[in-house]
This record gives sequence, structure tokens and C-alpha cells, in this order.
Amino acid sequence: MVPTSYYLVLSAILFGLGVVGFVFKRNVITIFMAIELMLNAVNLAFVAFSQSFGKLDGQVFVLFVIVVAAAEAAVGLGIIILIARQRQSLNVERVDLLKL
Amino acid sequence: MSAFLLTALVKSVLLLIIVLTILAYLSWFERKVIAHIQSRWGPYRVGPHGLLQPLADGLKFLFKEDPTPAGADRLVYFLAPFLALTLAVTSIAVIPFGPEPIRLFGHETHLGIADLNIGLLVLFAITALGVYGIALAGWSSNSKYSLLGGLRSSAQMISYELALTLSVVGVLLLAGSFSLRDIIAAQDGRTAWGFLPRWNVIAAPFPQLLGFFCYFVAAVAETNRAPFDLPEAESELVAGFHTEYASFKFAMFFMGEYANMFTVSCLATIMFFGGWISPFAQTPLWAWTHFLPTAVFAALGLYLVWDGIRYETLLGKIVLPALGLILCALAALFALFPGANFFVQGPFWFLLKVLVFLFIYVWVRGTLPRFRYDQLMAVGWKLLLPVSIANVVLTSFAILMWGAR
Amino acid sequence: MSPQLIIFFLLAALAVAGALSLILARHPIRSALSLIVVMVALAGLYLLLGAEFVAAVQIIVYAGAIMVLFIFVIMLLNAGEEERTNLSRIATMAGLPLAVALGGFIAAAIARAPLLPPSSAAAPFGAASTKSLATLLFRDFVFPFELTSFLILVAILGALVLAQRES
Repeated sequence: MVPTSYYLVLSAILFGLGVVGFVFKRNVITIFMAIELMLNAVNLAFVAFSQSFGKLDGQVFVLFVIVVAAAEAAVGLGIIILIARQRQSLNVERVDLLKL
Repeated sequence: MSAFLLTALVKSVLLLIIVLTILAYLSWFERKVIAHIQSRWGPYRVGPHGLLQPLADGLKFLFKEDPTPAGADRLVYFLAPFLALTLAVTSIAVIPFGPEPIRLFGHETHLGIADLNIGLLVLFAITALGVYGIALAGWSSNSKYSLLGGLRSSAQMISYELALTLSVVGVLLLAGSFSLRDIIAAQDGRTAWGFLPRWNVIAAPFPQLLGFFCYFVAAVAETNRAPFDLPEAESELVAGFHTEYASFKFAMFFMGEYANMFTVSCLATIMFFGGWISPFAQTPLWAWTHFLPTAVFAALGLYLVWDGIRYETLLGKIVLPALGLILCALAALFALFPGANFFVQGPFWFLLKVLVFLFIYVWVRGTLPRFRYDQLMAVGWKLLLPVSIANVVLTSFAILMWGAR
Repeated sequence: MSPQLIIFFLLAALAVAGALSLILARHPIRSALSLIVVMVALAGLYLLLGAEFVAAVQIIVYAGAIMVLFIFVIMLLNAGEEERTNLSRIATMAGLPLAVALGGFIAAAIARAPLLPPSSAAAPFGAASTKSLATLLFRDFVFPFELTSFLILVAILGALVLAQRES
């Protein structure tokens, strides 16, 4: 039987790596993927708690998180495509002005 | 614990060997059937009736030169066909082949490697991952045609995945479970009209004809087979996503496609046509149908003997009658040993129905012209998706009114 | 070392390796493939926790559709390897110790947390978990469920509007 804290530590490590990727990577798409990694880490924590408390609410919330992530990925990638077409570059250092 | 692991290992290895052989001879079957549709003979020279053709093809694939295109991303280039084949063959692990358990190493086990509570969902998950084999193949080849073919093919697979998953929901509502064995068990017995089997395609509250139609069309598109094979056809886009692949990697894509065909046919039998349930009632009146496997094997064996004796080459004169005699011996085995006969009923009907679906697959390939890409996407989104949603609504309404049983 | 613990460590190592590969890879396709590996490893962990439906949905939706979208976009935009600018070099040198510090702090906080309620017997959900999950979703949580369908509609409209060409 795997203790719940093991799952939580793994979730924390994955979340931390996601934050590092988000802050320190230059490519817009990679930054977006780091956000997805953070969402996944949080999902793991939810399911671990759901099993530990014996209730299914955690899993229901995970389903909602997955749906929201899907919607967010669709719109976010659309925006990224537009930005890439405008700036001719995927480097986030070039997207630093509100004006085109 | 270790007996369980040992039986699982033995079953996996056996199934792998059997499946790979079936895939090889599926290519022979396809070539022969398409040839006869086109009024020609197909493979005839390599071994009697071309039966050694898959062996010759395999040897060719092993010895052909295997160039890697310049500038290709090596890891992904090697990963893609491996992924396609592995995922396709893994999905066969959840398919149950027969109802009766057998004893292996003193441990009773069912035919079929794993019986999961969410068996159907696992199959869809593996299908969803199968898109990657093609998308990555198209991208890693560093070529325009491959990239376009890969992107088109992946877009097609994702669009039809929706219709595929929704068309099956009617069956799930009738059966009340994701487990494939439960779905088959729910189709046992006769319908209200007395003599027809309770297969889901003609089952009581709402016959799943629409569901079956949507499922089969979506599955043909999902496996990139004709008439939906624009992304990989030879006369379009060179050869689509597998343009830059040669010899063994191409063979892996090829076999992955056949494995997907096989899985889809198995699923169609399980979900809509009763799996291993015989179309005849199990009453004493129809007890003679228990000897149908015997009859089929005996007929096939005798035909092979008769044809082999009059065959042209010496090899044919020896091999074909030998095969025929083996089949006759099996028929005699089933006739004389009621235990063996009882055991073989389930797998016989299952494999017979799967063979019918594989034949329909090949028949459709030989008959229908190819869809254009925009027509293909229009069919997926504007026809199949609304029809499968309508099927779900109507089925749930019928179940609400008249109950699932 | 029960088999569950061994499987947990294998899957956890796979997930962490994937996450490290995500942030250390230079080409976005390698990052995307690593993220897929992470998601599959997490699906395995969900199975270990007895959440079978969530594991299946994770693979079908997250790894099988959302990541395909990512890969499409990377292929479409022909994203190349990341360029090494001065800022990114400073970031890498400052980033690694900060990452270790962040991970260490959170892990220490969890390890010292007051004890959680003891984990219930292995997989209290079992065979009826999908059914009870569905009951929960369509009875107690039906309103958020309908709201998510609205959310998806809004996302579809948004993607359509964004994808229009300037005509």
C-alpha cells in the first residue's frame, strides 16, 4: 500500500518542474506545455486525496480540470499561432510589447 | 501469484505469435480477394496458391536496404513505426476469444489476456494514442509529402475518433458495462420475435443499426483504409506519411494497419453481433448446429485434398493434401470428443464473424473509389457525428420507455 | 517492497524523467513527446490509485487529443530548436538551484504535515467506481457539468474566430 504522501511529494516535484519550465524556457509552446505539466501534477494530487479520503469528489474535479485544460489548449494554441504569424518568431522575448 | 504471471506470459507469447501469423496471412487474403474482384488470380506462384507469398514478402523486407532520409530526426524516425505496430498489437490483449476457461499450469484461465472493467475504454485509449505513430512518421521524415500526408491522416483519425466513440454508447447503454465479456453476455438469448438471436444489432428496445453503420464507417476511416485512404494511397501524395520509409519500418506500418483492421473487426463482432454467441438457439431442437465446426472443417479439408491432388506443382501436390488431411483430422476430433467440441464452439463462431468483417473490409477496398479529403472530413463531422448522437438519444429514450432487457 | 510500491517507483521515475526531459530538451517536439510520457505515467498512477475511469479519460482526452493538438501546432509552425541567448543562459544557471530549492521546500512541507487520514484499504472503489462516479457527476455535479459543455462551446467559437484569415 503506497502512502498518500508519496503521491503528494511526486505531485510537488512535477509541479516544481513545471514552474521551472514556465519561468525559464523561451519557446512559447514549451511554456504552454509546462502549464499543462502543472495541471497534471495538480490532478495527481486530487486523485491521491480522493483515494485517501475514500470519496469520489476528487476524481470528478479531475474530469473538470481535464475539460478546462482542453478548452484552454484550443484557444491558447490559436492565439499562439496568430502571434507566431505576426512576429515570425516563437521566442517569448520578442513578445514584449502590447503594441504590434 | 507466480502461476498467474506464468499463465499471462504464456498466453501473451502464444497470442503474439498467432496474431503475427494471422496478420501475415491477412495480406495474402487481401491480395487474393482483391485480385478475384478484379478478375485476376493474385499471388499464385510462390508456393501452392501463393500461400508462401507472405514468407517471401517477409524475407524481402528483412533484406532490403533501409535508408534514412537526410535531416530526419533519428529518434522520432525510428520511434514512429515501432509505436504504430506496438499499439495496434497491444489492443488485441483486451479482446476475449471464447467463453470457456482452460487449465494451464494448474491455473484456470480465460481465453484472452486481460478482462478489464474498462476494457472498451482501454481500446479507445490505445486507438487515440495510435494517431501519434502516423503524425510523428509524417513529421520526422523531413519531406513535404510526408508532412502533408501525416497531418491529413492525423486530422482524419481525430475527427473519426469522435464518431467512433459515440456510436458505441448505444451498446454500452444496453449492456450497462464497459467490460467486453459483459457486453457479450448481455446479448445472450433470443429476441422478442422468438427465433432471432439477441445480438445488439437487432436487439429489443432499439436495434443498433445506426450505431453499427456509424461504427463501421468510422472504423474504416480510423484505420486509414479504402475508401478513406487518401493520406496514404499510392497515387496521391506519393505515398503519404510512409513515403520515406522502406523495408522493415514500412512492414511495421503495414502490419500495424492490418492489426488495427483485425481489432476493429473483433470489436464489431463483440459489440454488435454477439461475439461468440451462435446465431442458432441452444435448445435441443437445434443441437445439430453444434456440429457445424466439424462440418466446416471437414468440407474445407476435403476440398483441399481434392484440389491438391490435381495441382500443377509437386510441392502443391504434397502440401495441399497434407493441410487438407490435418483439417479433416481436426474435424474428426471435434466429432468424436464432445469436450473438445464444446470448447471450440465459442472461438469458432467468433473467428467466423471476424472473418466476415475482414472480408467486408477487403471487399469495400476493392469496390469503392477513394473519397476526396474535404468530402472525407464532411462525412466525419456533418454526417457521422450527428447520426451517432441521434443514436444515443434514441437508444436512451427506448431504454427509458421499455427497459434494457 | 510490495509490488505496488515497486510499480509506484517505476512510474514516478518515468514521470520525473519525462518532466526533466520536457524542460531540458531544446526542440519543442522532444518536449511534447516527454509530456506525453509524463501523461501516460500519470495514467498508470491513477490506475494504481484505483481511479480507472480517470486514467482512461486522461489517455483518451489529454494524451490522445490535447497533445495531438500541440504536436499539430509545432509541426504547422515548423518550430525549430530554441536559440541560446544571453538571457536564457543566465536563466539556466539561476534556474537549477532555484528549482531544487522549490522542490525541496514543498517536499519538506508535505513530509512534516500533520498526518492525513490513513489511506483506506487498497482501492475502495473497485468495479463499481465508474458507476458511482457517473452517479456523482450527473446528480450532485450536474450544474458544473452543463457549464463545461457551455465552456467547450465558447472555446470552439473562440478557436474559430482566431483561425479566420484577415479578409
